[in-house]
Amino acid sequence: MYSFDIERPKSVADAVAALGADEAQPIAGGQTLIPTLKQRLASPSKLVALSGIEEMKYVRRDGDTLVIGGGTTHGTIARETAEHFPGLAGLAARIGDPAVRNRGTIGGSIANNDPSACYPSAALACGATIVTDKREIAADDYFQGMFMTALEEGEIVTEIRFPIPEKSAYMKFEQIASRFPLVGVFVAKFADKVGVGVTGASNDGVFRWSEAEQALGSNFAADAVSGLTAPDASDMISDLHGTGAYRAHLVGVMTKRAVAAAS
Amino acid sequence: MPKDHGIGASTKRREDVRFLTGTGNYTDDINVYGQAYVHFLRSDVAHGTINGIDTAAAEAMPGVLHIFTGKDFEAVGGIPCGWQVTDRFGQPMKEPKHPVLAHGKVRHVGDPICAVVAETLEQARDAAEAIELDIDELPAVVNMAKALEDGATLVHDDLGDNLCYDWGFVEENKEAVDEAIKNAAHVTTLELVNNRVVPNPMEPRVAIGDFNAASGDSTLYTTSQNPHVIRLLMGAFVLGIPEHKLRVVAPDVGGGFGSKIYHYAEEALCTFAAKALKRPVKWTSTRSEAFMSDAHGRDHVTTIELALDADHKFTAVRTSTLANMGAYLSTFAPSVPTWLHGTLMAGNYTTPLVYCNVRAVFTNTVPVDAYRGAGRPEATYQLERVIDKAARELGVDPIEIRRKNFVTEFPYQTPVAVEYDSGDFHRLMDKLEAAADFGGFAARRAESEKKGMLRGLGINCFIEACGIAPSNLVGQLGARAGLYESATVRVNATGGLVVMTGSHSHGQGHETVFPQVISEMTGLEEHMVEIEHGDTANTPMGMGTYGSRSIAVGGSAMVRATEKIINKMKKIAAHLMEAAEGDIELKDGSFSVAGTDKSVAWGDVCLAAYVPHNYPLEDIEPGLEETAFYDPANFTYPAGAYACEVEVDPETGKVRIDRFTTADDFGNVMNPMIVDGQVHGGLAQGIGQALLENSTYDPETGQLLSASYMDYAMPRADDVPFFKVDHTNGTPCTHNPLGVKGCGEAGAIGSTPTVVNAVVDAVQSGGHKHVTHIDMPLTPGRVWAAMNG
Ligand SMILES: Cc1cc2nc3c(=O)[nH]c(=O)nc-3n(C[C@H](O)[C@H](O)[C@H](O)COP(=O)(O)OP(=O)(O)OC[C@H]3O[C@@H](n4cnc5c(N)ncnc54)[C@H](O)[C@@H]3O)c2cc1C
Repeated sequence: MYSFDIERPKSVADAVAALGADEAQPIAGGQTLIPTLKQRLASPSKLVALSGIEEMKYVRRDGDTLVIGGGTTHGTIARETAEHFPGLAGLAARIGDPAVRNRGTIGGSIANNDPSACYPSAALACGATIVTDKREIAADDYFQGMFMTALEEGEIVTEIRFPIPEKSAYMKFEQIASRFPLVGVFVAKFADKVGVGVTGASNDGVFRWSEAEQALGSNFAADAVSGLTAPDASDMISDLHGTGAYRAHLVGVMTKRAVAAAS
Repeated sequence: MPKDHGIGASTKRREDVRFLTGTGNYTDDINVYGQAYVHFLRSDVAHGTINGIDTAAAEAMPGVLHIFTGKDFEAVGGIPCGWQVTDRFGQPMKEPKHPVLAHGKVRHVGDPICAVVAETLEQARDAAEAIELDIDELPAVVNMAKALEDGATLVHDDLGDNLCYDWGFVEENKEAVDEAIKNAAHVTTLELVNNRVVPNPMEPRVAIGDFNAASGDSTLYTTSQNPHVIRLLMGAFVLGIPEHKLRVVAPDVGGGFGSKIYHYAEEALCTFAAKALKRPVKWTSTRSEAFMSDAHGRDHVTTIELALDADHKFTAVRTSTLANMGAYLSTFAPSVPTWLHGTLMAGNYTTPLVYCNVRAVFTNTVPVDAYRGAGRPEATYQLERVIDKAARELGVDPIEIRRKNFVTEFPYQTPVAVEYDSGDFHRLMDKLEAAADFGGFAARRAESEKKGMLRGLGINCFIEACGIAPSNLVGQLGARAGLYESATVRVNATGGLVVMTGSHSHGQGHETVFPQVISEMTGLEEHMVEIEHGDTANTPMGMGTYGSRSIAVGGSAMVRATEKIINKMKKIAAHLMEAAEGDIELKDGSFSVAGTDKSVAWGDVCLAAYVPHNYPLEDIEPGLEETAFYDPANFTYPAGAYACEVEVDPETGKVRIDRFTTADDFGNVMNPMIVDGQVHGGLAQGIGQALLENSTYDPETGQLLSASYMDYAMPRADDVPFFKVDHTNGTPCTHNPLGVKGCGEAGAIGSTPTVVNAVVDAVQSGGHKHVTHIDMPLTPGRVWAAMNG
């Protein structure tokens, strides 16, 4: 690790101010950032810890929307969304291990947009809104490819708003080493539409599988997916854990299983 | 009633108290006053010519004491290899120089180039970043077959090619084997890869060098399975320090699996630097460094042919193997694909003719050496896979074909040099058939199919050569060391007993088991016995722990030394009771005169030995301390029969192991609970290799792609089932005093073919008849591709 200064603001406003410094960077749960620092792959001059900001930690229901503070941990989300949004609770409950879930945050995950992160698939499938200290961004506009988002320098994810689906489920097929998703599919059924968000699979990062959304929109049944051609294998990630063809195939299998499991 | 102490009792592991309460003393827990820290600048390319190393700016950085480079080691030796293999043509293997720090060239990602010593570790790391390296990258040699092609890039220019040796065994049988295969009723051929694995002990390596300027003595604290071997190799061959000026301490060590047998450059560097700088120097490996500097395991590519007659008797086995040595020869690397491998190619069977050809190859990868089982898992895997394939081709039961070929008479002289002393393979198979409930398999398969899953059953038999090894024999085979073990037994004046053993415990549980043996022999309670190991200053010269040898060889040395002690104590007791020595019996911790009620307590004899007022000083010396060196007459031959049931998800290719059952013959068992643990650990490691673990290099660049736990999959608790293990059917070893065979490697040896056999069975049951083999690790993607290929 290189040396750095650390600040621990108590409010979003103070955090934004602190992030004005040159090469300052927010740190939330540190589950992604700390390993990066230890390997000397990042050298921020200053870390601005978001973990002391109580106003970023909450899960609440607001009509048909579930509103989650950007500083809320996976563990809290797993517990507190179980009643209203079991699909999301199931997703959060399978991130990493208890130590990771008790530190890692949804804001950190959404900000980092790892191509294998779980939440982005739910955000896309539900048509969530990403709220920052400056603005509100629709999920479709927010995720812009592997590790790329609409966030600007120093912008903080303060809240994520999920329209609550009638039924939903997340199916995660684990990469055997990291246990991040090799392919993860979030299916969300609403009264008027179905969303299918796919993570882990594509060279372009998280994406919506629109053919499946259409097919499921008219017939929300696992069989409806069977007839579809899988996404183009050449767009899929190919690495030592699986070929593009395998990932493309898994997108179909996991979608079917998510539909069958949706509750 | 199970015993509650002594041999055969499941005494709880006394060392676990300190391990589980965080009060162990591992090498990294040791801090020597005034110590400095070393950081190694390692090569980030697989192969390159070093044109220049500019350390000027780095030397001037805060806290930097010195930066060592390859030049500093020109005057001292290189890292030695402990085994010389002679090739098919009678020529010695090619043995490249292995400098402490890279010299002239870098040869694998992770090859150490500079050692930066500074007041703090962070200062050393900062300075390393300021070193300017001028390295011209060369094409990387990664694929073994390509490495042997004409015109291939050379890993070591002075060797002329990348072939370490071309070994044949049994060379005299070559033509007879060829003939038998030509005339066979049936020949089954299989090509397979024994995947490369990273050992991953829980504790990474650590080395601390210390130099006492007043006495001129050096001390090395290190994570080693065999401190005496390190002292000899490093002292005599690298740094030129005689044993009496060099102490090597290996305190609590958190697992080794082979990887901590070898002498590594970092140990030599720390010892050398401490003397040069007159400062203790400490190095603690990061996990990332462990991936690219601990010797890897396996990495064989093999074609095996099994010839059978019309009656399905095996008539010959022929193999051709490429074995990866990596960039340099690690301490015992040459022995693994040869003598630890070819000698097991008869397996549990009466196959009369065997010929193995092994070509060992240099590549731009981390050196490969012995890893849990070492050579024997490679032998078992290929033999048991080809037998399974043959059974399938011939449409016969895989158990029956094995039974038909079992060795049944012991001792049995194999065609591959070794002689099995004892065993009962049919009994093991009987036990397995009952315990694994083969009768219920069809019903379980039907249940799985209802859920849309494919269920497969795999079985396997194996034999291994452990208790390594008779020194005169291994000397003929090229070992540059003896493989005896030693023990000093000291009884104190007040009766307690200490064993100083040359064996080393790094998870095995010697501190618990060795006292059980002493207790059985003497009647002392186990808590009266203490085991000391791991420090060359207070243990006799011993060869350490690997090859399932601790109880078989180290335990035997301890028994011999204890017998000497008991004999001496009987003499003293005879004197004290004015009786004939021949009439003295030791029972329940006291000495009595046979046929009388006269007795003298253990403690009184001890006291007499150290306060020899009434003592036969003219006949015997005072004191109670005896040493024995034990050199085994033969290897020991643990054997087993294993069964595994898997479920394969046909949509994703994911394999789940549902059941795993073992029947092992370890000879006599000293502590059943500890043996269970050794088997469980071995099985988990074998299952890891079979399903998950793979050390992958980029074929073009030689970069290590699986360089962290993000990409290298270790088995976790939910990857393995509850194991059903049994070792109650032992046939005692006939040539060591305890009748023991060793149990440390069995699980890792027997499990890989069992798992793969089961997965192939499952996949075939799903109608994928073209799938006759899948290479390990059987990851979901590979299994899916095989089914859909
Ligand atoms: C062993 C392990 C297993 C894991 N498994 C999974 C898994 O299966 N699925 C999965 O999705 N994830 C997984 N993760 C990642 C985990 O979910 C992380 O917690 C998460 O990706 C990052 O959250 P964090 O709060 O730890 O962020 P940090 O590590 O603190 O920060 C990550 C990045 O986001 C920035 N950042 C943090 N918070 C904000 C914010 N509110 N606004 C703007 N920028 C911000 C930081 O500057 C940094 O660049 C795993 C992690 C580990 C260590």
